Amino acid sequence: MNIIIAGCGKVGQKLAKQLNSDEHQDITVIDLKYNIVQQIVGRNDIMGIAGSCTNLDTLLEAGIQNADILIAVTGSDEVNIITCLIAKKAGNCQTIARVRKPEYNKNLYVFKEDLGLAMVINPEHAAANEMARILRFPSAIQIDTFAKGHIEILKFKIPDSCILKDMAVADIRTKLGCDVLICGVERKDDAFIPGGDFVLKENDFVSFVASPKNSAHFFKKIGIKTNSVKDTIIVGGGDTAYYLAKNLMQTGIQVKIIEQNEKRCDELCRLLPKASIINADGTDDQLLMEEGLENAQSFVALTNIDEENIMLSLFAKSKMPGKIITKINRIAYDNVINNLDLGTIIYPKNITAEYIVNFVRAKINSIGSNIETMHIILNGKAEALEFKITKNSPIINRPLEELPIKENVLIACIYRNGTVFSPRGQDVILPMDTVIIITLKSGLNDIEDILEQGKK
Amino acid sequence: MNYRMILNILGWVLKFEAAAMLLPFVCSLIYMETAALSFVICILLCFLCGFFLARIKPKSKIMYSKDGFTAVALSWIVISIFGALPFIISGSMSNFADALFETVSGFTTTGASILSDVESFPKGVVFWRSFTHWIGGMGVVVFLVAVLPLSGGNNLYLLKAESPGPSVSKLVPKVRATAKILYSIYSVMTLIEIVILLIGGMDIFEAITISFGTAGTGGFAVRNSSMADYSSFIQNTVTIFMILFGVNFSLYYLVLVRKFKEVLRSEEFRTYILIIIVSTTLICINSYHLFDGPGSAVKHSAFQVASIMTTTGYATDDFNRWPVFSKTILVILMLIGACAGSTGGGIKVSRIIIALKTVAKELILTAHPKSTRKITMDKRIVEHETIRSINVFIMAYAVIFVASTLIISIDNFDFTTNFTAVAATINNIGPGLNAVGPTGNFGGFSNISKIVLTFDMLIGRLEIFPILMLFSPYTWRK
Repeated sequence: MNIIIAGCGKVGQKLAKQLNSDEHQDITVIDLKYNIVQQIVGRNDIMGIAGSCTNLDTLLEAGIQNADILIAVTGSDEVNIITCLIAKKAGNCQTIARVRKPEYNKNLYVFKEDLGLAMVINPEHAAANEMARILRFPSAIQIDTFAKGHIEILKFKIPDSCILKDMAVADIRTKLGCDVLICGVERKDDAFIPGGDFVLKENDFVSFVASPKNSAHFFKKIGIKTNSVKDTIIVGGGDTAYYLAKNLMQTGIQVKIIEQNEKRCDELCRLLPKASIINADGTDDQLLMEEGLENAQSFVALTNIDEENIMLSLFAKSKMPGKIITKINRIAYDNVINNLDLGTIIYPKNITAEYIVNFVRAKINSIGSNIETMHIILNGKAEALEFKITKNSPIINRPLEELPIKENVLIACIYRNGTVFSPRGQDVILPMDTVIIITLKSGLNDIEDILEQGKK
Repeated sequence: MNYRMILNILGWVLKFEAAAMLLPFVCSLIYMETAALSFVICILLCFLCGFFLARIKPKSKIMYSKDGFTAVALSWIVISIFGALPFIISGSMSNFADALFETVSGFTTTGASILSDVESFPKGVVFWRSFTHWIGGMGVVVFLVAVLPLSGGNNLYLLKAESPGPSVSKLVPKVRATAKILYSIYSVMTLIEIVILLIGGMDIFEAITISFGTAGTGGFAVRNSSMADYSSFIQNTVTIFMILFGVNFSLYYLVLVRKFKEVLRSEEFRTYILIIIVSTTLICINSYHLFDGPGSAVKHSAFQVASIMTTTGYATDDFNRWPVFSKTILVILMLIGACAGSTGGGIKVSRIIIALKTVAKELILTAHPKSTRKITMDKRIVEHETIRSINVFIMAYAVIFVASTLIISIDNFDFTTNFTAVAATINNIGPGLNAVGPTGNFGGFSNISKIVLTFDMLIGRLEIFPILMLFSPYTWRK
């Protein structure tokens, strides 16, 4: 599979790294700046070309004629669209463009058809959707869905006084009577796929697989509220705030947006007549208290400055018990940020990259691999993959305990005829099942890949 | 510094060398020589050391540029030391400095020898000597990158440290695939040469060894008279193949993917061919009186120009007796060298082109101080980084050249001998002029000079910086 990535910003670099974890993909990146190309080629085993991606010669040099997918993620919407247009005409490839301007965004569907784009991604929109999902289900820090919503992987943090504290993973099913499977635990900088005797501690980040019904049940048992928030305060009225507010208000959540720029406030008033728009400096703590921060059920920091967002969230955390979401655009120190108590952290760039990687993997599906959905979990350390099992798969009709499954691979759950269950050693996988695999390894393409080689 | 990773790579390099020694071992067996036994000892020694080193599992597979450069430089030193063992153990040589000189000369594809009588040596040892050319031509580490899953991460720095040229670029996105393509082209071309030489009536041992010497642009001959005794057909074949192996291998890849236009557009390739034609013509005219007839004149001068420019170092005639003008041309060709990305040594044609263009740019800038100009190559702008590294390279090259000449002058040979001895080793050519000319050898130098020249060969093959980095405190500081 030949993939060309135009633009080596944060998203481009992330994509190059993630897509290249698979041996069979040949990746070429294009960027205007020679130094950046040199740097990214030095870090990943890929080809780099310094030049303008809207120049046909550059694209030809990058091998557009043999490319299968072109991903345009430069900083400019127009450049991305034009690059895709040229690429489509010059080669026969699928094109993906990042388009973020709301006015273009409205016309997305026109674009897609007339310009022959296979996928258009808007980072702000994607991030807003993710935030809205979390605000509707605030107990979870991260929610990823599989099997068309029938299976979820939820991540939450074990609070100080919780019955899960000091409980072994194997006891959860017996003591609590919940059919959930703990598939990952993050403790400080480490990530584990826990075995049955693994003992949970407070402040662990736990990811588990379950059906939505079971997860609600589970949260109730361990004493964590699962209701959607009723209202939210958003600081910073950018595009993300607009998308988020619009999304939330559809389900009747009250939204208050605090924005400094008067003109933008007028615009927001016009766009979101039902939201309350406050024209003030959101970093003013007095003002936040005045606007009822203490009684708000959730708080979202969406300014354009990462440091400000972090400070705002830390302040909010000290004043209110509700859900907090922090947007971080570019700061890289993951492990430092994770140790701060910032609630859910949303990286729009990571979400963009993840959406694109999912799309690309799905494309590869049609040529040889069978991944239906893929999510990156445990803070980027593991992947959760959904496979549809075919009739000729070598793993069917054999008890799981007899299969030579690789280390650090977990068969988390099986979806069969509308029911979800976590498999035991005696269970077998049948054709037409949907199976969720958790793995610390990257680059699995087929369900067969979970088996040790040579023992198939 | 990722020491474990570097040691692991060294282990694999030694295992590879053990495998490589199987060939001369088989050759010794065929000729029923006692040298076979010494190869068994060397193979076991290499394998054992390699086996234990390769068992050191790196904690992290991340290699930064200094790790890559150090790994390559150490690999070359280690492989040379172990490669010298067959000469000592078989009793062919008694002085270790001699054996090391000969091996380094082999791996770096120099072809400078301290031997006066090759024909008296066991065939297996001679085969090993020539085979080191073939291995060193394309590079040991490049080979490992091609066949081993050395690291999950990035091997680009390894490739960069070992491949000659101002800016090393990959042919395809994956380093491994690139290395495979390079080695495939290299092997196929070598095979073709062997077959053609066999058709020309050479015996199989000589066809293989001479082809190894040509492919790696090495120059170890198997006869005392180098290439003088062979038929015109064989000499002309070798001329053509020397020129072919001096071309940037990425051009062959372009031919394979049918981008012929880009091949012809390559400035370096065109300049390379032009230099060969012009020098051949000049030498032909200048030393015409020495040969019997125009055919012979063209044949000998073309052979010698190709041999010197591609830094091979075979000789069909004693060019030491040629007129000074012709000899001077040869010395200039020594310094220029072959194309970047070929198996040849020297400063490289592309570096010379870009350096000359910077001089031209400076002249224009002096006349029009406000004019902005970019240096281009193949219609593409050459990045400032590349120009800077070329300037630094040429400066470092000159300094090392002068220092080496100074040290070996202690042996009190004449200036031409000293100058061309350094030129012939640092550019990986082989023969120089006067005492180190085609009929002479490097045996007369003292051990200190031999070690200096040995380092010059390594410095020349790895293009200075990997070896210099070994001696830099910044490399080892934590």
